[in-house]
Amino acid sequence: MNLKGIKIKVHDMSLRDGMHPKRHQITIEQMKTIAKGLDEAGVPLIEVTHGDGLGGASVNYGFPAASDEEYLRAVIPLLHQAKVSALLLPGIGTVDHLKMAADCGVTTIRVATHCTEADVSEQHISLGRKMGLDTVGFLMMAHMIEPAQLVEQAKLMESYGANCIYATDSAGYMLPDDVTARTGALRDALKPETEIGFHGHHNLSMGVANSIAAVAAGARRIDCACGGMGAGAGNTPMEVFVAVCNRMGIETGVDVFKVSDVAEDLVTPIMDFPVRIDRNSLTLGYAGVYSSFLLFAKRAEAKYGVPAREILLELGRQKMVGGQEDMIEDTAITMARERGLLKTASAA
Amino acid sequence: MSKIKCAIIGPGNIGTDLLYKLRRSKVLEPVWMVGVDPSSEGLARAREYGLKTTDQGVDGLVPHVKADGVQIAFDATSAYVHKDNSDKLNALGVMMIDLTPAAIGPYCVPPINLKEHAGKREMNVNMVTCGGQATIPMVYAVSRVQKVKYAEIIATVSSKSVGPGTRKNIDEFTRTTAGAVARVGGADQGKAIIVINPAEPPMIMRDTIHCLTVDEPKQKEIEQSVRDMVAEVQKYVPGYRLVNGPVFDGHRVTSFMQVEGLGDFLPKYAGNLDIMTASATRTAEMFAEEILAGRLSLDAVAA
Repeated sequence: MNLKGIKIKVHDMSLRDGMHPKRHQITIEQMKTIAKGLDEAGVPLIEVTHGDGLGGASVNYGFPAASDEEYLRAVIPLLHQAKVSALLLPGIGTVDHLKMAADCGVTTIRVATHCTEADVSEQHISLGRKMGLDTVGFLMMAHMIEPAQLVEQAKLMESYGANCIYATDSAGYMLPDDVTARTGALRDALKPETEIGFHGHHNLSMGVANSIAAVAAGARRIDCACGGMGAGAGNTPMEVFVAVCNRMGIETGVDVFKVSDVAEDLVTPIMDFPVRIDRNSLTLGYAGVYSSFLLFAKRAEAKYGVPAREILLELGRQKMVGGQEDMIEDTAITMARERGLLKTASAA
Repeated sequence: MSKIKCAIIGPGNIGTDLLYKLRRSKVLEPVWMVGVDPSSEGLARAREYGLKTTDQGVDGLVPHVKADGVQIAFDATSAYVHKDNSDKLNALGVMMIDLTPAAIGPYCVPPINLKEHAGKREMNVNMVTCGGQATIPMVYAVSRVQKVKYAEIIATVSSKSVGPGTRKNIDEFTRTTAGAVARVGGADQGKAIIVINPAEPPMIMRDTIHCLTVDEPKQKEIEQSVRDMVAEVQKYVPGYRLVNGPVFDGHRVTSFMQVEGLGDFLPKYAGNLDIMTASATRTAEMFAEEILAGRLSLDAVAA
């Protein structure tokens, strides 16, 4: 595969997707330190929000250590070259959040929907574009539909004004051929000026290989997390991906040693547990389950005595989509009752 | 026993499902179906059931209101045209039940504040949103026991049950529901989340209600209050079910609901739409009972 000379943009996720394994408790000081490190290492774009995007602060997803606005206002003024993006999931965040983030100085808004529901993003994407933001349509759980269907949804987002469309492997389920098929189909079908992006999770250890497959198929934006800090077994590890790109002659503009220092000295030390492939995060990738469900399933295991792996498999069987975190406790209670582990679970 | 005559504006899925429910009512009689498209299937279906129809919008109904004795109208169109519809009919003394997100009248969640609205002779009441109807009773079930400082609801609906209007303006759902969760549910602060799930066969509507209480939850009283409230809602939505909970975790009280529809015109999984038409019917019946008992008379309102 000859990808020499291809220029791509890497987009750091450690301060947004990385909020999941941190239960959204990254402090403002930690955000500032890591963001400055990424800026100095040459990372061009950094995402900063609650793990579930703007407005994600909730009982359902977790209350963060600081508000989206506090994080954005603390981080953005410190950066010399890097720009900051914010994620927004319609149904959770609203255009009011988008306006707030733009006022804080984000240059990129990423509007995320489940891969079949692109039409709920119209008001947010069109406003982002009208405000002159770099506006990205982010199609989550893209493994659940065929490439042709993904193209239909991507075209909707493009028609609303998105200038970049992502195939998002939220479950870390895809293998390189799956990525090639989806990013390639997007590249073929969308306008030449529309960029294609890929967001991977490392649940089957495919983060780097999948991202390279995406670049080969025409993607020019790749999400990575410094130190791999993201939901599930984490995102494509930034430092590893940049090193592989260097070897292949793909140009990222990121300094591999500086970014691996950020990973080792700043990101890894703040982890509450090693973000890696274990039996539960492996299950996410194996069964195609939304990566952010991981910690909720572990908590439900601790409370109701049903193994997290079995809860995750059940959520996969019921085809739960991103955002349905409430159904994890519900499913665990139902499973616990069926197994005779609960005596008092009241249900009318 | 005589019945109160009603008009339905909007012959789509919601309007047609309403028609089925009104035809069963002991106190309501649907007499007009109002649309804007002469080729509408919904208008044709209404004619088969013996209703008068117009494809000229509310203007096509206005000249007949007095002669046909229409006293209650349901608006199942869109927020954009609702005010206009409401003004024209209120001016003729027709009470309006608003199923759009326009919310120019007060929110009505039957088991909580319907009696109060009837007592105040409101001429326009709003049915909030499907997520609101499905969850606000459970917020109230906790807040009537003790102070709730924060309530959050997550409504998950099947992709097939979410129409283009809701999709185009999903923020309206989040905002309206959050506002009503606080105001009608009785929480200091409200938050609403909607998730759309495309699974096949379509999933039945699910709703999760989290309340954060100020003091330690009074578990026994809340459990009883929740059971009573489920029974109240079941009077008009038989498929309203507490799947799990209430779960107590510190000051968090969580109930997990499922809402299955009656399957009148809409499929059973679309409990989110059924609970809107059922709540609207329940609301109209309460007003109708008051009118029939001579306790309420509707007067024309200057627009």
